[in-house]
Amino acid sequence: MSTPYQIVVCGSIVPDPLQTLEPIATPNGPALKNEMMLPAVLDPWAKHALYEAANLASKQPGSKVYLVSLGPKAKLQQVMMTMAQKVPFELVAIDGSSSGFTEASEVAAALAAAIKAIPGVDLTRLLLFGGWESASRGAGSTLQMVGEQLGIINQFQGVDKLTCNADGTLEVLERIEGGKHQVSKCSCPPAVLGWATGMLPEPPNNPQIGMVNMRSIMPALQKAQPAAVGAQGLSFASVSLPKQQRTTKVIKDMPADEIASEIVAWVSQD
Amino acid sequence: MDTILVLLHTEADGTLAKPALEALGAAAELGGTLVVGLIGKDVQPAADSIASCGAAKYYGVSGDEFAQARYSSDAAAAEAICKEANPTVVIVPATSRWNRVLSGVAHRLGGRVDTHVTGVSRTEGALSAARWYYRQRMEAVVQRTHRPWCIALEAGCHEACAAGAGKATVENVNVILSEAARQTTVTGIKTVAADQQTIRPDAKLLFVTGAGWTKKQPDGKAHVEEAAKIILEFLQHSQASLGGTKSLVDLGGEGQTVLPFMTHLNQIGQTGSTPRHPKGLSTCCHGEEPHVIGWRFVNERRAINLDPNCPWAHGKADVLYVADALQVMSKVNELLAAKK
Repeated sequence: MSTPYQIVVCGSIVPDPLQTLEPIATPNGPALKNEMMLPAVLDPWAKHALYEAANLASKQPGSKVYLVSLGPKAKLQQVMMTMAQKVPFELVAIDGSSSGFTEASEVAAALAAAIKAIPGVDLTRLLLFGGWESASRGAGSTLQMVGEQLGIINQFQGVDKLTCNADGTLEVLERIEGGKHQVSKCSCPPAVLGWATGMLPEPPNNPQIGMVNMRSIMPALQKAQPAAVGAQGLSFASVSLPKQQRTTKVIKDMPADEIASEIVAWVSQD
Repeated sequence: MDTILVLLHTEADGTLAKPALEALGAAAELGGTLVVGLIGKDVQPAADSIASCGAAKYYGVSGDEFAQARYSSDAAAAEAICKEANPTVVIVPATSRWNRVLSGVAHRLGGRVDTHVTGVSRTEGALSAARWYYRQRMEAVVQRTHRPWCIALEAGCHEACAAGAGKATVENVNVILSEAARQTTVTGIKTVAADQQTIRPDAKLLFVTGAGWTKKQPDGKAHVEEAAKIILEFLQHSQASLGGTKSLVDLGGEGQTVLPFMTHLNQIGQTGSTPRHPKGLSTCCHGEEPHVIGWRFVNERRAINLDPNCPWAHGKADVLYVADALQVMSKVNELLAAKK
């Protein structure tokens, strides 16, 4: 017998990884140069979490996927135009900064409040998904704190696989050191799962799904509540790009034997 | 003056791993009152092993239930120790076990947290932590007024504490787990199916492979099996750790022939890991900044690539060999085999 879940995916937007990023100082702390102009994408690991959520929901009839996303409304709309075509979900938008320089605890409070406000949400059946780290703050903190605020003490990070067994138990594979997975069994929801890459490929664009999603996404964006997330108590003594530019010695026309000898000598050096 | 609590967990054999000793070493240099908290099945041998570290006090939570790396029990144990020690700063090694719980514990304590910290220091009396933002693309030094401040220190960023062994007096902190806290059970550890181990965090060399290994060679055919054999043979000879670019790892999802042992766990870069190794050798890799992030923390770097203008290597590698990596690595294997 399948068990319906309420799956809430927390995922924000980040600058497209191919963009050049440069920090600047503002009266409110550090920010990215031309931040509002940079094309954005859904955070990569949160994206994996969303695909895993949709896949799970498709196998567990009655399950529903919500994407709770904090970001500037205009940027959220831009990203959702793409994401809407991937998998079915209902957006819960929060209008606020998606900067990596904001404080995780403040973001977590805004997300937890938005999740609690989802009409009909049943926290006892909740699977809280998200990326195990963002591509902005990259701390892996927010999801844990949201889980704590929702009273969830079954938490997993670096998840690559979730199996929902027929008896209602959850089997979770989490990344640990040395390229290994820790296998855990959780007797029942609620649970927090911070996803790593997962096992699913990126779904192809599906315009039908996109049209259905956009019907709820646009109203969700219109009624997005503003959230004042900042970085209270946190000060940045410096924010800088790594300056190290190496002088690369380019070796052309060297026979493979000689290159091999050089590499062996280099690898063998202590 | 800060009370600095270093929280450590024991390994399966009851010892403390190197990252634990590094966190202890970093904390000991910060001044203030040093306190150690230990979690594990039996923490006394671990406490004895660092008895001369200068800690004013040792707290311990021990028992079978605290042997496994589980959020509910680890968070409860850490919270209980923190409430006993009343620290202003909490430092943990950034192991998967502590990374899983530290932010949750900080929330319970009403504190703040910084993870993936690469250095802690005092500047004019103020505590600072260095950490990267935007996936290792910019480095920041941060300070906080809020306490307690919980910090997860990355492995390999500080010398390990060389404290000698002795007899430590551990104050046991009693933690009673609720029924809900026992809902999760760790049932085992799974190693990715492969002919041999490919990820070695302690290896001296990171061997990065790119998608070029699976592409057509000068004879117009792909030689994936041969490539796989060469790579595995090199790993066996050199005991290197294997990293792969996203494009190589993703090939499987695109229905292309793949290296059978290459998984997302090997992936380095923007959406992979940024491992720390003294040396790195990249082969058949190409790409821009997001990919190069994968070897941000590799000290000496060499690359083999057919493209002399490869942006992966220019300005980022010390030496770029413009050559066919399959050919060169076959020769390297011959030489390494002969050496043995």
